[in-house]
Amino acid sequence: MAKNHFLLTAHPLNTMPSPDPGQFFMLSVDSRLDPLLKRPFSLHRLVLGDLQFLYRVVGKATNILKDKKAGDIMELIGPLGNGFPVNEIEEKKPVLIAGGMGIAPLVALAEKFTERQPVFFYGARNAEEILCLNELESIGITPVISTDDGTSGRKGFVTDIVEEFLYHHPSSSFDYALYSCGPKPMLETLSGIAMKYKIKAYMALEESMACGIGACLGCVIKTVDGYKRVCKEGPVFLSEEIIW
Amino acid sequence: MDISVEIGKIKLKNPVMTASGTFGYGEEYAGFIDINELGALVVKGLSLLPKEGNPPPRIVETPAGMLNAIGLQNIGIDKFLKEKLPYLRQFNTPVIVNFFGDSIEEYVKAAGRLSSADGIHGLEMNISCPNKEAGWSVFGTDPQVTYRVVSSVRKATDLTLIVKLSPNVTDIALMANTAEDAGADAVSLINTLTGMAIDIRTRRPKLANIRGGLSGPAIKPVAVRMVWECYKKISIPIIGMGGIISADDAVEFMLAGASAVAIGTGNFINPGVTMDVLSGIKSFMSAEKLNSLKELIGRVEC
Repeated sequence: MAKNHFLLTAHPLNTMPSPDPGQFFMLSVDSRLDPLLKRPFSLHRLVLGDLQFLYRVVGKATNILKDKKAGDIMELIGPLGNGFPVNEIEEKKPVLIAGGMGIAPLVALAEKFTERQPVFFYGARNAEEILCLNELESIGITPVISTDDGTSGRKGFVTDIVEEFLYHHPSSSFDYALYSCGPKPMLETLSGIAMKYKIKAYMALEESMACGIGACLGCVIKTVDGYKRVCKEGPVFLSEEIIW
Repeated sequence: MDISVEIGKIKLKNPVMTASGTFGYGEEYAGFIDINELGALVVKGLSLLPKEGNPPPRIVETPAGMLNAIGLQNIGIDKFLKEKLPYLRQFNTPVIVNFFGDSIEEYVKAAGRLSSADGIHGLEMNISCPNKEAGWSVFGTDPQVTYRVVSSVRKATDLTLIVKLSPNVTDIALMANTAEDAGADAVSLINTLTGMAIDIRTRRPKLANIRGGLSGPAIKPVAVRMVWECYKKISIPIIGMGGIISADDAVEFMLAGASAVAIGTGNFINPGVTMDVLSGIKSFMSAEKLNSLKELIGRVEC
């Protein structure tokens, strides 16, 4: 895996409901008091009953996580929240947009959509941070890649490339539905594009969480119906609900 | 072994409670614990009218603790009575409603409204919020204001009245004394300690509200000290809280003088923590050959 990126595979010791793409788990990295709280991780894939989490080392908790050894026992809670709706709009053409670590939940989603031949856009800072290409290939998907520095695919923001695509491929033969995960500024731009082209856009958001189960009210985002909890009403929201 | 305890008119089958604002309205935890096993359930703080709360970011983790500035977001008393209380009535666990206001009048109205509902066993007054009539200074940091608001609420309710004390004062025992004189049946302490965290790269506060309330194991020694100070000065029961995540922590609070304990941030770390603490207290008592909580409460040897 690329520098600073890791894949954690967890074999559940208890039974759990089958997770949907976009749902998340709260992981306890260890039993120390610092870091104190569990951390939310989006499920990457479910492989033969094992949970896979894809992450980048960014702070205290991920630094501890990366040193875990095979066979270590960890406590986790999940699946939590609402994942991407996969059956609701079956006639639509899925367009998936991943930004950076936003790739994590979108491979499993693309897999659900294979019969509908999804279009997949994938943007990252540089070539090194483009992940999961083999996984995507194995489910028959060749993503349109872009990087901020042009070291892989096209140079520029993935949102510009998505807009160009929508401009040149108007929804004449089919409607599109966007499914996205990535940094907030990217999602905000995408939200504007979705509005402009009158397309439904589902976005998986990320916020700091204390509990992950709806109790602390710490992870709220502003929506047209007031504050909503990313952990409970989300993490997947319709872009038109969100006030950026 | 007798682990029951009385707080005002409420008989708790065990001393393990939930702390307001960390247990929602109960439903959030139903998949993790049997609510019937709790000593008492304290719900998220309510006001007469719903409150939207603060803009995000609302929480930030700090060493062995967390800061929160949720801003007392809540659905309002009416909606609680209609939509949440019926669910809580099914349990064989006393329901204590935490509430607050921004004026004495609002506290009194809120207490009155809650007291007429069926299925509420006690009220816990949050006095750590700003007072509209006094330039938004905090009710619970001025003994005279505390006396006025608590005695006014006392007249408005026959339910067990618990006053939740703010630790952001010079003399917590004075505040406990004041609450007792004003007619409180019990005090709970501590509420969160006011804190702040700064992102050194952006030079911005980590919370949108700038300040937040510190909770978690980081504040436990402060809380234990305050419980001990209050225990020496008052004769009403104390509900101890502040960083409890284990049975050992709970026992420590009892030795300092707490008759019951409430678990707050611990619920976020482990949603089943209340049951772990409860069974741990029982094992501790049998290992120490104790028959009653009375042998623990206030029994620190100084």
